[in-house]
Amino acid sequence: MRVPLSWLAEYVDLPPGTSLDDVHAALVRVGLEEEDVHTFDLQGPIVVGEVLEFVEEPQSNGKTIRWCQVRVAPEGEPAADGGDAVHGIVCGARNFLVGDKVVVTLPGSVLPGPFPIAARKTYGHVSDGMIASAKELGLGEDHDGILRLSTLGIDAPVGTDAIALLGLDDAAVEINVTPDRGYAFSIRGVAREYAHATGAVYRDPAAQVAAATVPMDPGSADAFPVAVRDEAPIRGRVGASVFATRIVRGIDPTRPTPAWMVARLKLAGIRSLSLPVDITNYVMLELGQPIHGYDLDALRGGIVVRRATAGETLETLDGKVRTLHAEDLLITDDRGPIGLAGVMGGATTEIGEATTNVLIEAANFDPVSIARTARRHKLPSEASKRFERGVDPAVAGAAAARVAQLLVDLAGGTADETGSLLHEAPAREAIRLPDGFVTGLIGVEYTADEVHDALAEIGGAVTRVDGGFDVVPPSWRPDLTANVDLAEEVARLLGYDRIPSVLPVAPPGRGLTRSQRVRRGVADALAAAGATEVLAFPFVSEAENAVYGSPDGSPVAGVRLANALDATVPFLRRSLIPGLIGVARRNLSRGFTDLDVYELGLVFLPEAGRAYGTAELPIGWERPSEAVLDELNDGIPAQPRHVGVLLAGDLQHKQPGRAAEPAGIADALDAVRRIAHAAGAEVEFAQGSHQAMHPGRTAEVRVAGQFVGYAGELHPKLTAEADLPRVVAVAEVDLDAIIALASDAVEARPIGTLPAATQDLSLVVGAEVPAAVVAAAVREGAGELLEQLQLVDDYRGQGLPEGSKSLTFALRFRAGDRTLTAAEASDAKMAGAALAAERTGAAIRE
Amino acid sequence: MSEPLQITEPAVAAAVDAALAAIAAAGDSAALKAVRAEHTGEKSTLARLNASLRDVPNDQKAALGKLVGGARGRVNQAFAAREAEILEAEAEAQLAAEAVDVTALPSRFTAGARHPLALLQDRVCDVFTGMGWEIAEGPEVESEWFNFDALNFDADHPARAMQDTFFVDPPEAHLVMRTHTSPVQVRSMLEREVPIYVLAPGRVYRTDEFDATHLPVFMQFEGLAVDKGLTMAHLRGTLDHFVKSIFGDEAKVRLRPSFFPFTEPSAELDFWHPTFKDGPRWIEWGGCGMVHPNVLRAAGIDPEVHTGFAFGMGIERGLMLRNDVQDMRDMAEGDIRFSQQFGMVV
Repeated sequence: MRVPLSWLAEYVDLPPGTSLDDVHAALVRVGLEEEDVHTFDLQGPIVVGEVLEFVEEPQSNGKTIRWCQVRVAPEGEPAADGGDAVHGIVCGARNFLVGDKVVVTLPGSVLPGPFPIAARKTYGHVSDGMIASAKELGLGEDHDGILRLSTLGIDAPVGTDAIALLGLDDAAVEINVTPDRGYAFSIRGVAREYAHATGAVYRDPAAQVAAATVPMDPGSADAFPVAVRDEAPIRGRVGASVFATRIVRGIDPTRPTPAWMVARLKLAGIRSLSLPVDITNYVMLELGQPIHGYDLDALRGGIVVRRATAGETLETLDGKVRTLHAEDLLITDDRGPIGLAGVMGGATTEIGEATTNVLIEAANFDPVSIARTARRHKLPSEASKRFERGVDPAVAGAAAARVAQLLVDLAGGTADETGSLLHEAPAREAIRLPDGFVTGLIGVEYTADEVHDALAEIGGAVTRVDGGFDVVPPSWRPDLTANVDLAEEVARLLGYDRIPSVLPVAPPGRGLTRSQRVRRGVADALAAAGATEVLAFPFVSEAENAVYGSPDGSPVAGVRLANALDATVPFLRRSLIPGLIGVARRNLSRGFTDLDVYELGLVFLPEAGRAYGTAELPIGWERPSEAVLDELNDGIPAQPRHVGVLLAGDLQHKQPGRAAEPAGIADALDAVRRIAHAAGAEVEFAQGSHQAMHPGRTAEVRVAGQFVGYAGELHPKLTAEADLPRVVAVAEVDLDAIIALASDAVEARPIGTLPAATQDLSLVVGAEVPAAVVAAAVREGAGELLEQLQLVDDYRGQGLPEGSKSLTFALRFRAGDRTLTAAEASDAKMAGAALAAERTGAAIRE
Repeated sequence: MSEPLQITEPAVAAAVDAALAAIAAAGDSAALKAVRAEHTGEKSTLARLNASLRDVPNDQKAALGKLVGGARGRVNQAFAAREAEILEAEAEAQLAAEAVDVTALPSRFTAGARHPLALLQDRVCDVFTGMGWEIAEGPEVESEWFNFDALNFDADHPARAMQDTFFVDPPEAHLVMRTHTSPVQVRSMLEREVPIYVLAPGRVYRTDEFDATHLPVFMQFEGLAVDKGLTMAHLRGTLDHFVKSIFGDEAKVRLRPSFFPFTEPSAELDFWHPTFKDGPRWIEWGGCGMVHPNVLRAAGIDPEVHTGFAFGMGIERGLMLRNDVQDMRDMAEGDIRFSQQFGMVV
């Protein structure tokens, strides 16, 4: 909402010298947030001039200019710029006559742009200033020619300051109005709030027009007939509860809108269109009541407010033919729909250039009905914005009367003696406010008088009752429905700065949960080992989910967004890898070729063939049954937390005395080891396969025998497609699963202090046998004496049979109760070798 | 067995002189070892002289024994001294040879980094767990009931349209990307018994365009306390403590009246700090208020018995204010330089 200060000052006392910042600061205190300021950005001298004479001079470029002599000061007096009383000015427009009063921007003045004016040589003359158009002054869009003051109905003496004359010295504050404060979409409401903030005297603009004449029952014979026939109220609320009309006849459609009104509308963000339309907009801004004006002669019969029938159509003011929905509330006459109630009028009864008789509508429509229609037809308008947030049902009559008054005063019309007013808005019920309630919620010791006075000041009818107050909120505050709403009014009127600072004491806590602790530990461990954490957006394409989210290529389901920002990635990720690939590509494009990045984040794993969500939602103000809560929760797809890792380029760059170490599958496995280690889990790897991975360089990750993810290298054909280096190592594991599978508490083993015996064991096995299988057999066969086993060599080649390899293990034996002899250690080693031989055909390498 | 030698003073002196000369001439420990074998070994003159004492008449044994013993002692002493000298010189030479340029050593250390948003989130959590609060979490794809209805957003209220919601397809299934962390409030109240003191951090989604000051995916944290007798003064006290914990003792909080469907009274939270880049000033950092009675009712809590307060702030904005990040896109693009300038601390 933009509020011109001159307008505000009509209804509340602004102390002299009050600045835009002062007004903002006052309004912020009562909860109207500062948004912007608007001014005309003009600087004088800009004065009224009279065209004394001009000569038309055709130019070589085909244009014809006028070389004008313009009087800019009364005879004998200097001009406002210190120059002569008559200035020679070159003007490109030709829409004026000798004797016209015009606006002259003298040298030294500045127009919005900023566009400084100076005497300058042009078309063979020194043009000593400029004759301005309405657009150049920031008053309107009209750039067809210069502004002739007679078109605004102005005849001011030559030399008059045009800035003040046209209201261009005004300025506006813009405030952000929260959805509960519909009344602040009016000068009336903002003036009241300013009065609350400053204590200044407030004058209600709705009270300045006596509803002028006695409103008449719209059913009576003399009144304009209006009927509300809502056969399908939404949520039990009738579409129109108030409908006021007034008729003004014989307006002069050629009359201009006065400059002060144009300027105020402009500052308020509304373009001047025609006097009758400007007046309806002006009153809407002033009182917050949307107004619709009809060409009375185009109406057929009376007005009926009803719901649309499905398939009915209406051509709205913007020239679009709209197909209506059965919920749309319509204004109709005998021929059919003439307006979408509270949203936009229809074309057939629009006020036009020839309209002389006007029917004014000031109605109160159901917020929900208007909101739905505005959204359905994508027609957010100044009117619908106000109705959605609630319009004062008591102001309709005054608003219609105010429009009628302005049409009489400014457009030369004659108002009918009576209007009609249909008023069926229910009376507001009192809200009980027990003593101490406000203090108990706000934490400030307010006195009963303070509470009473604050609520009375906002316009409430406050009655003392036993143990508290009964408060009937004012008609313009539909948002006040409960005692907590009243508490906020008291707190904000008396100032939030009175609220003290008291730190509440929570019951003793237990710190982070195990899962939260472990997640932090995992993130720290990866970073400590040199990786960099990133946070990618979870939006992916269907293809990315199909490739990275499906190990074997079978079809998978994905969560699809109905209104994705980027239509190429409308799905939520099933895997973190596509996001990490995007990050890698961006870093590579910025010159970073060595990458070790990771992300902890949710993936979204709906099951194929299952419908998610719930068709009906329970009401919001009572606890649903456990069954309903279960249904809501079951309707939400699984969203486990994964860890993804991506490495590319060199893990260690080349250094003095050390070759570069390119990143590869082994580093992906190490990252998984770090993750598992930080989670207190023991991890195992097995040869695995995934369609997105290198067929021979993929490990399946297991914890406690359960599958938890993959590690390895991306398939080279995918890295080629993504313009990545051929070798990109990745890992992705389900961190929630790892945490669930890891043991919560470590069972400590005794630490043996007796000497250890170390021996090596080399076994020749088929090249295809996984080392882990051989190691497991050795470990199991060697038994309890084996303290540690490490694979130290994998040799293939000379001296070995074709298709075989030699695995060398370093074994360390120790007993808890005695010093082992070499023979005991050898026996254990041979037992391990024997079991490996049995399981894998391994033979001891001599 | 070699021939016994005649023990005479000149013979002993000659042997000693020869040994001392050889010791002095030995340049390294290998040479010294050879000298030792030659001059004190079994076949050395001194050893043979010593062996010859067996054959000396008893009346001369004491004098000649002293002569030979003294000679051997002198040689051994010289040997030990020379050995110490040589070992020290050799150790020094080794140390000199081992010197390296400490500025040119290879390194396996790589400076990894946490994402600063995650670090700041962890810090925020630590402030609240330090006060005894729990950290609560919820899903990012959320039922509209938790995201809106239970938070007193009427289906037709303009505030619901204002939220710029990502809807899951089909919209009739009433699933959304949570627009705020507030649904976790409702989940926390449904799952826990009063008193409840929880902080809910996490990712939230709005259909904002991606630019320097807006992200469609960003991080919030939401605080909720429900207990007997909680007031807005407790809300302010909690916020005061929080901003001082994160921004230092000079930080101040200001509450401004505002509107949110799920709180009444509601407030915008501004905070002030002397070291903002553009000078000390108030900066908007979130919303807060007393939990609306309808929200308590949605969780089965009687608003006549318990009151609560809630607040929500954006982590990104916190990082911008605290660490002078100019462009929000840096937080989302994954350029490793962004995280790496923070390292492990924020």
